Amino acid sequence: MRAGGSTESMPYGEDKSGRKASFDPEKVLGQLKEFLPAQAPLKDFIHHNTLHAFQDLPFEQAVTEASRIFGYRTYLHLQEYRALYQQGRITHAILERAILERAGEQPLADWLEKLLDKPYHVYNHPRIGALRVYWKKNYQLNLDAHVHPTLFRILSAYLDQGVASSSFPASQEGLLASLRAMERGSLTSFFKTQRARRLLLDTSCGLEGLLELVVGDPSLFEHYLFDQQFAHPGWSGMVAHIEAHPQSLTVLRSISLQELIIFELLLEIDALDFRLGEDWKPLGAEIKTKPEYLFADLQGREIDLVLAIWQTAFEWSYYDQVLSGISGQNPKVEKQGQSSAQYVFCLDDRSGSLRRYIEQLDPLCETFGTPGFFGVEFFFEPSPQSPYQKQCPALVDPGYLIKATGEATRTTAGVYFPGRADSLLRGWLISQTIGFWAAFRLFLNIVIPSFGLVSTSLFGRKQRDSRLTVEYDPSYPTEGGLQVGFKPAEMAERVENLLRGIDLTDGFAPIVYIVGHGASSVNNPHYAAYDCGACSGRPGGINARVFARMANHPQVRQLLRAKGIDIPDGTWFVGAQHDTTRDDMSFFDTGLLPAAFLKKHRKQKETIREALDRNAKERSRRFELIDTGLDIRKVHQLVRARSVSLFEPRPELNHATNAVCIVGSRQLSKNLFLDRRSFLNSYNPAHDPKGVLLGEVMKAAVPVCGGINLEYYFSRMDNDRLGAGSKLPHNIVGLFAVANGIEGDLRTGLPSQMVELHDPVRLLMIVEQSPEVVMKVIDQTPQLQQWLFNGWVHLVAVHPQTRALARLTGRRFTDYLPLGGPPDRIGDMDRLLESRHENIPVHLLPS
Amino acid sequence: MAGTLILFILLPFLGFAVSLVIPHNRERLISLVALGTIGVHLLAAALLTTAWLGAGAATLHQSGTTLSTQGLDGLGLCLIFDKITAVYLLTGALLTILIVKYSRYYLHREPGYKRFFRTVLLFFLGYNIIIFSGNYEVLFIGWEVLGISSFLLIAFYRNRLLPVRNALKVFSIYRLADVGILLAMWMSHHLWHGAVPFDRITSLPQTQLPTPEPVVVFISMMILLAAAAKSAQLPFSFWLPRAMEGPTPSTAIFYGSLSVHIGVFLLMRTWPFWQGQLLVRILIGATGLLTSLVTTLIARVQPTVKGQIAYASVSQIGLIFVEVAAGFENAALIHFMGNAFLRTYQLLVSPSVVSFLVANQPGPNFTRRPAFATQLPTRFGMTLYMLAIQEFNLDALLNKCLWVPLKSIGRSLGFFSARLLALFFIPVYLGGVYLAHHQQLVHIRVRPVLALAFAIVALGMTARAFAKQRDIKLGWVLLVMAHFWIALSASFNENFSFAQVYLYLSGVVLSGGIGLLCLNQLGKTRRHIGLSRFHGYIETHPGTAAIFFLSCLGLAGFPITPTFIGEDLMFSHIHQDQPVLAFLVSAEFVLSGLALVRIYARLFLGPDTGGQNELTYGSS
Repeated sequence: MRAGGSTESMPYGEDKSGRKASFDPEKVLGQLKEFLPAQAPLKDFIHHNTLHAFQDLPFEQAVTEASRIFGYRTYLHLQEYRALYQQGRITHAILERAILERAGEQPLADWLEKLLDKPYHVYNHPRIGALRVYWKKNYQLNLDAHVHPTLFRILSAYLDQGVASSSFPASQEGLLASLRAMERGSLTSFFKTQRARRLLLDTSCGLEGLLELVVGDPSLFEHYLFDQQFAHPGWSGMVAHIEAHPQSLTVLRSISLQELIIFELLLEIDALDFRLGEDWKPLGAEIKTKPEYLFADLQGREIDLVLAIWQTAFEWSYYDQVLSGISGQNPKVEKQGQSSAQYVFCLDDRSGSLRRYIEQLDPLCETFGTPGFFGVEFFFEPSPQSPYQKQCPALVDPGYLIKATGEATRTTAGVYFPGRADSLLRGWLISQTIGFWAAFRLFLNIVIPSFGLVSTSLFGRKQRDSRLTVEYDPSYPTEGGLQVGFKPAEMAERVENLLRGIDLTDGFAPIVYIVGHGASSVNNPHYAAYDCGACSGRPGGINARVFARMANHPQVRQLLRAKGIDIPDGTWFVGAQHDTTRDDMSFFDTGLLPAAFLKKHRKQKETIREALDRNAKERSRRFELIDTGLDIRKVHQLVRARSVSLFEPRPELNHATNAVCIVGSRQLSKNLFLDRRSFLNSYNPAHDPKGVLLGEVMKAAVPVCGGINLEYYFSRMDNDRLGAGSKLPHNIVGLFAVANGIEGDLRTGLPSQMVELHDPVRLLMIVEQSPEVVMKVIDQTPQLQQWLFNGWVHLVAVHPQTRALARLTGRRFTDYLPLGGPPDRIGDMDRLLESRHENIPVHLLPS
Repeated sequence: MAGTLILFILLPFLGFAVSLVIPHNRERLISLVALGTIGVHLLAAALLTTAWLGAGAATLHQSGTTLSTQGLDGLGLCLIFDKITAVYLLTGALLTILIVKYSRYYLHREPGYKRFFRTVLLFFLGYNIIIFSGNYEVLFIGWEVLGISSFLLIAFYRNRLLPVRNALKVFSIYRLADVGILLAMWMSHHLWHGAVPFDRITSLPQTQLPTPEPVVVFISMMILLAAAAKSAQLPFSFWLPRAMEGPTPSTAIFYGSLSVHIGVFLLMRTWPFWQGQLLVRILIGATGLLTSLVTTLIARVQPTVKGQIAYASVSQIGLIFVEVAAGFENAALIHFMGNAFLRTYQLLVSPSVVSFLVANQPGPNFTRRPAFATQLPTRFGMTLYMLAIQEFNLDALLNKCLWVPLKSIGRSLGFFSARLLALFFIPVYLGGVYLAHHQQLVHIRVRPVLALAFAIVALGMTARAFAKQRDIKLGWVLLVMAHFWIALSASFNENFSFAQVYLYLSGVVLSGGIGLLCLNQLGKTRRHIGLSRFHGYIETHPGTAAIFFLSCLGLAGFPITPTFIGEDLMFSHIHQDQPVLAFLVSAEFVLSGLALVRIYARLFLGPDTGGQNELTYGSS
């Protein structure tokens, strides 16, 4: 397969399985970095495809290989699929269709028997680890137990971002240089024996030399390194990430995966010398049969196909409902009179239900969806001298800086926090005084959670009161290569792009709300995963605020008029932020607006408040511990309390259950109840016959939504290895990651509390455009091809006029006819919401 | 008023018993039972304390009847209540109720919800037995309950490797503490010719303390050993952070606050006994002070939040040791409360630390506070830093000095094969039994020698079982047989009723037999039941696991089992001038408990290798 090298066969230097006799360090390190988890430090948590290294393969082949090589679980258990079928959540018609699409020669009945009844004894021996297991088998030595504690301890101390009060004496030249300096400059050693220490101090010791010593046989080096690093994928992945993105740490540390490996090999030598003396034989000399090469070709197994069919049937059982709902929507849009207000939301799946309620309460308003950085990309400095925060998608590299001024005070670090009470005398004083006060505060929070204790509400009054340097001023010096603020022409360009993208170029309402979102929670190390993915895991309110300031700028409006977008003088943009945990909304800079306008704003705020209450009620049905049937205000209070309760590991459920992304006009889904499972991106095919705008939309939406979706998919499928496990025992390591207890490997992916309700289905992109245009867009956008052609994200095109459906399979579109009938219409919304915790099928909204 | 003391133990016991029968899926009911139990307990504690204060705050004392009918003074149940108990009681009940309230939501939907609350109740029971205990016997019962509940809570995530391994590690330290208590108890018996209530030690004027002094010093050292192990003082400090594997609230209550202060309690409880011994006081103070200094250094370099809290807490406990040794009881009590509250709070908010510190992080131009490495002469500072990062190699040190020698003794006894057992040891044993019944055949001077020899055989068998990797059944049989040899040894040491031996051995036979049945049952369906790795069979054989666990407890002499009473009786027959025998017997008890829990852990806990989780996920 591809990771092992090339498709051309090489006559020499490779054995039958594809294992190479020689060792190319560069190449193996490169491969390792690709396969290791690519997770950023906690403060920048960004969703991505967990199996990104396999993305060049078709999805089903990729997940099978990942499972056979690395031991990941990439599908549900067979019994789980069968149970879903029994419950009717996988429909028989869809299952038959899924079989027929794949079955080949065999009759349907055979396959049905296999899927429904045949017992399979799946005992997966992953290839990873098969070489290093010989330390235990042949040397009776559990090397990991000796090496990992020291290795993790030193790595975490070296990379620590501010937990320890005495920092590591790190050298600019990297980990090994620091260790050498320490070994030379002290009376003790990290090693128990002499040889490893000598090898470290002797700078000529390289990767290959050490491997020669430990493994011996060069044809096994690659396998050994994979085994070794995948015994602690969390740490290796973090080191590889920091090597590639040193700026992701605030306290800079130079480190590379190679350094980690060298140090680990030295620790292994140390452990071996300590146990066996210096004359042990390398591992390669002690094994008779080499384990199977990691990337050798795999034999196909029937069970893999069976699981793939089940998964397809599971996915399309849901997609079919959505598609049949959408194809029944009237394509003709009746333009109403002037809108009362317009709302631009993030395309986030959590905004969908709020949009629905606002539209319901105020039928004259319009809502839009777009990636939540609103097309303005910049770094943000929340207070003087604090680190910059990136406020745009991870792939964008902004050249602008926006600073908050007028709010210089910083919350003083509470003495309650660890790190402030660790010195002997201070600890003595604190424990005798504040210890009692701490107990009191704790008591209050546990009895009355709304007593705010350590809220991470990132956008309270503090942000509202600050001033931003939105507009460029020639007197500002550039900072760190970044221009402070935007020039009017730059602003106009960004405003224009956004408005054209969502097709809001005329018919402006008096108020246009730009609504970013963020989430407030306490006691939540994964807080960044709850914020806006399009803002690199940060709250998007600041972008909304900046965008509104730009769109209200007289000079910008003038420039826009010249480009054919005439925003009337009576229209004002207001930046706002939706707190998705609390269902509260805050508005920015309303003081800068004319008084007459504020009256309209106040009226609109009433609608919003009501909509937020209803939204909270709808969300509450997922929380087993809240009775959704209570008074709506009470339910909202209970929902709010979750965001400040120390003991609440599920302040909100975030993107759990996401399944669909709809790119098109609001008309497509306005009358559908999608149960908050869908991303919504506004797009008008009528004004984009060539697909230019569509290309832009898909370039952003596919990786962002697909990344979120696949991270949930894999964290749910294998929470032990691809997810972070339960968050209850997590321990914060160096402020950049979590581990279990104090000796565990770093945990990547999402904790079980975030994904337990998630139905693991891939994302279905539904694009309102003719298949021809969509295909043209994909052909012209190489970065979309892997996602779509390899089936990591499904795609269906809805014809703008006929509502005919076409589904992308491989590289072609084929017609799709929904098997299910039109969805039921909701009679009583409250009854429906109060009836269950689980997913609700697609419904038509009450007329 | 004194008559109510027993209620404070019965109440948590009742709560625990009720929690056993609630179905797993009744989350609300389970947590309500826990909340109710501890709520009522807290209320009663407040009432009792008020009444006690109103009545002049004199020490309350409740004596129970002697359990054993053999006319022995060994097992007098005796409870007391004084200032120390009051402080521990109120702090404990308050923190536990906070934790239970917290965990009701925090553990929502977690597999093991019931197990968690059940174990917390068991812990609370053990805690109360300890703080109300009026003599070593009662204290030891609570001590054991606390040890087992600790093991269960650390290994709460029982299908992962590190929690189980660390639970075993902590349990082994706790067993060391048990040696201290056992020997202190044994020696005290001889000192006072029977179980002496703690408050009688209090009322004894110093001059009346029986001499000779070395005995007092010996008992005090054993107390210090037990207290230092339980309160994570040097050289045992490394266990505390490693115990932090369970859900954060259980970590907070056990290792942040209550459990870890039990060593301090033991010192305060026995203070009247050793206060007159300057040497002892200096040693205790020095242990505390040294711990404070060393663990402060370690705390300052910890890059993980829980590790930092653990070591910071230990360093404060070191200071409390100093305060106790200096005689500042009130200061120590206040310090205990403050430290317990603070660390609970810190652990519970520890996940917030990321958002909090990151939001307040200095900008890119900020230079960090230098390491203490640079504040001191470089070479010295650097050495200290490196030692601190390596936690002064305490774990490796203890391993090297204690467990490795024990295991190598065990390995060197490889000749304990099944055949040797059948052909040699059983005949010899039968001969021994015959002689025991006809002691007139043995010269009076030879009897103690035989007793010693038999005890050595028992210890050898246990050590062998401890080191045994392969044949698990043989290991089990060895552990059962060891008890028989102990009994034999005791019967040569002193003339006493065989009824006691039968009581002791009945417990051994029962638990040993049931355990063997479990192993047989397991062997039928599972081919691998060796001890070289963890098997995690609890997932597939939960019933067998539960029964086997009970039989392990029975064989290990867990309180209230016949084995426990028997062991205690055996101990009372070791004479004051036989420290070697006492040491051998207590070492056997401790080692066998350790071996048993290890067998249980290896078989039933850890990653389930047979099922879907094929990849042993070593590092989490």
